[in-house]
Amino acid sequence: MSHGSGGKATSDLISSIFAHYFDNPVLAKMEDAAVVPGAARLAMTTDSFVVTPLFFAGADIGKLAVCGTVNDLAMSGATPKYLTCGFILEEGADSGDIEKIAASMADTARECGVLIVAGDTKVIEGKGGIYINTAGVGFLPDDLPAVSSASCSKGDVILLSGTLGDHHAAILSARMNITNTIQSDCAPLHGMVAALLAKNIRIKAMRDVTRGGLATILHEFSVASRGCISIDEDRIPVSAQVQGLCGILGLDPLYMGNEGKMVAVVAAGDADAALAAMKSSPYGTNAAIIGSLTAGEPGTLVLSTKAGGTRMMTELYGEGLPRIC
Amino acid sequence: MIDYRAYLKEYDGPPVRIMEICGTHTAAISHNGIPSLLSPKIQLISGPGCPVCVTVTEYIDRLIELSLTKDTVVATFGDMIRVTGSRQSLQDVKADGAQVRMVYSPLDMLRLAQEEPSKTFVFAAVGFETTIAVYAALLDEAIRQNIRNIRLLTSLKTMPRVIDWVCTMQGGIDGFLAPGHVSVITGSDMYEPLAKKHGVPFAVAGFEGEQLLMALYALVRTIERGDGRVMNLYPSVVSAKGNETAQHMISKYFTVCDAAWRGMGVVPDSGMILRREFEGYDAGSQFLYSDHSHHPKCRCAKVITGAEKPNDCALFGTLCTPETPQGACMVSTEGSCFSYFVNRRKA
Repeated sequence: MSHGSGGKATSDLISSIFAHYFDNPVLAKMEDAAVVPGAARLAMTTDSFVVTPLFFAGADIGKLAVCGTVNDLAMSGATPKYLTCGFILEEGADSGDIEKIAASMADTARECGVLIVAGDTKVIEGKGGIYINTAGVGFLPDDLPAVSSASCSKGDVILLSGTLGDHHAAILSARMNITNTIQSDCAPLHGMVAALLAKNIRIKAMRDVTRGGLATILHEFSVASRGCISIDEDRIPVSAQVQGLCGILGLDPLYMGNEGKMVAVVAAGDADAALAAMKSSPYGTNAAIIGSLTAGEPGTLVLSTKAGGTRMMTELYGEGLPRIC
Repeated sequence: MIDYRAYLKEYDGPPVRIMEICGTHTAAISHNGIPSLLSPKIQLISGPGCPVCVTVTEYIDRLIELSLTKDTVVATFGDMIRVTGSRQSLQDVKADGAQVRMVYSPLDMLRLAQEEPSKTFVFAAVGFETTIAVYAALLDEAIRQNIRNIRLLTSLKTMPRVIDWVCTMQGGIDGFLAPGHVSVITGSDMYEPLAKKHGVPFAVAGFEGEQLLMALYALVRTIERGDGRVMNLYPSVVSAKGNETAQHMISKYFTVCDAAWRGMGVVPDSGMILRREFEGYDAGSQFLYSDHSHHPKCRCAKVITGAEKPNDCALFGTLCTPETPQGACMVSTEGSCFSYFVNRRKA
């Protein structure tokens, strides 16, 4: 437990791992609070990461902790700038793992152009678990038009930045000891949002597709805008591997979580330009137009199925567990 | 080439009622939007094939009792945690210190039991033929590895007798969409005596949209001809005789017994229980027959047997939602109430 005592052991842990990997002039001052330049309008967010296993195909809890917060900031239209990071370590946490996680966070932060400017470490009793909280600040451009799902209206087009379910499927595969080549899609989306904003796309709403999945988000948009959102299963990208796993486990990719995908509702006239902007990002090569707001029953999400039928969808209920028979 | 889609959409013959027995079929029908592709004269009825839904309350009560017993851990599939027994669910008693673990596969029990040898791990073993084969594999492995702290609380069901019950006691079903997964184990021949006895057709079907539509087309055509026959439309994985290795494993560890079904009472020879020589692995599964709905107006019992539709129930979508389920059919993702609710199905 000595690593959390606040004494020498704590400072050793901090200096040997966190200060080393997160090194930047603000953090290097090691003050009680980081002092940073600001902007007229800020976006702030926080998220905690408790994923098991800590390392999985395509990413790890460290990359996830940076991308998760960066993506939340990006979805508000902000340019992510600063992160803080709190580690809660259970007794017995492997220092090699901590170092790998810190290195991964540092790499990801560098890619995102954010600085990790403050941090904290606590050690608690337990079985070696590692949990991370990150909080983030982003700068909002003064001329950023308001993005609000209530403003979606008939004719607007729905875009999805890539394949659904990859992160969820990768985690589930690891937990269930299923061998496959599915990789988490964990990735920062700030660049994709910047590309959309640079082209002056009239964005009505945007969201990163995390827990609850695409259907939960679009159902929420339909309720908020009192519109009918119609999407086409044939146009929704899902990798063959993820589709196969879903078939075996009885899961629905439309309710599965991702960590590097976004959905955007844009004015119809901007749809092609928005698609090109998404595809210009390395994380948007499979982006697609998947549907639009239509004249159907207000507050509903309707999926045209591959079988040619229609299916009404609500938000996710339950935890999206594998079926049992 | 027959335009079976147009046929199903435009069908204008006598009304037909087709029961899908398996909960996975219920979910697949909703997911594929199948009801929107059918004539109003073709009605789909969900049957007693969701393992969680058909479980009686006394079984849940016994699970709860075990979970509160010293050094005993109940391991279960996720859905079971939220199903209410006569008063409470496993979820409710977790707050009182009950030991409950959710697992993805019964075989996870081997690892759990080895990690904590001082505790007894009881698996909430519900399910049909498909899952019974997995429980047999679990016991086989536990015995091979000499792991002694594993028990099963069983509420295992088999298909033929309960289908017979639906035809005999209730009637009104013109054809059956036979369960794909169960048939992999049992083989499609299992339905032959039922088809002959009741003069109704059975179509063994897969879970893809096209497979479901083809099977429904085959059923409606066969019903029109009044032909009680079995059609295997899932031949890529289902054979006439089934998986004989799995059948052998099942009969090595389990024997036929009477079983209590929610809404139907005790149906003779419709279940399986551990054989006497393996009863040391049983956590007290015999005679768990009593069934008391948590809410007096809950219609789960009627919904399971296809006597009523989920949206016929006064609680449906008001008091009873997936967040506040009053009956098991609204808890399980394979339950017909859940499926109707999340897809806003009307038919």
